[in-house]
Amino acid sequence: MNKEGQNKNKKKRLSNSNRFLLLVTGIYIGIAFFEPELIKNALWRTGEVLVKILPVLVLVFVVIYIINRYLNTQKIRKHLGEHSGWRGWVYAVIVGVLLAGPPYVLYPIFGDLQDKGMKNSLIAVIFYNRNVKLQFLPALIYYFGLSFSIILSVYMILFSLLNGVLVGALVKKAE
Amino acid sequence: MSESLRKTINNMKTAFPMIVGVLMLVNLLNPLFGKFYPKIFTGNYFLDPLLGALGGSVSFGIPLTSYIAGGELISGGVSLLAVTAFILAWTTVGLAMLPIEITYLGKRFALWRNFINFFFAIIIATLTIATLNFLGL
Repeated sequence: MNKEGQNKNKKKRLSNSNRFLLLVTGIYIGIAFFEPELIKNALWRTGEVLVKILPVLVLVFVVIYIINRYLNTQKIRKHLGEHSGWRGWVYAVIVGVLLAGPPYVLYPIFGDLQDKGMKNSLIAVIFYNRNVKLQFLPALIYYFGLSFSIILSVYMILFSLLNGVLVGALVKKAE
Repeated sequence: MSESLRKTINNMKTAFPMIVGVLMLVNLLNPLFGKFYPKIFTGNYFLDPLLGALGGSVSFGIPLTSYIAGGELISGGVSLLAVTAFILAWTTVGLAMLPIEITYLGKRFALWRNFINFFFAIIIATLTIATLNFLGL
């Protein structure tokens, strides 16, 4: 195939994320015929959230740039890589508890870190501990009580480690 | 253009349509499923954590939202066991988020993580309520 043909093919091929957006847009258009109010509200809410998270997204891409610029494979491997040892697990729990931001803005960061050698098990630990949110603890206590909140948080931290072990082992085995 | 800047722009190009798509999907699903929550949770001791985890899996948001929804469900007569599984699955299992997680972290990682988290939601909910009962709290 000549160069022009290759370029044409490249232009025609949509990325998975664009395909997904097109699919959801199609669903919206389909439903809009029957439930225009539902679609109107959903679009309005989506716009609201997008405006709200825009500064977070900008910050996320700044963080990604900094990671790309300064964090090298050796550093990742040392602290959260294959040979990070028990300290890596402790770091992962702490990072998970302290980490803010919705998952869809964190996936690109951790996808990048995974490519740089971060262990899958530690990524799983970090993601699980995102539920143990210090800033939301007063709300949890308000709705469910102090005892419930403490017991639930302890179980979540313990199970996050088991989660990391299982995810790490199963992904490795499948590879 | 530096290599790191080029990589960041490529990340943005992939992330933005996916983020918009996921937000659109979630904002369409949440009102649809939200009105069924009180009907789904009937108070059955065995089915409730399973249904709670299923309900939480198809919704997502910040944990705070699940606490508020959970608090409202308890007020509506739903068992604490179901609501605990619900709030756990709300943030640990993300079916709507699966495409974006697969894109960045790989299919095996995303599928195994969500699969394990679903069962963990049920197990932790049961353990939490059992511990509360055991301690008489």
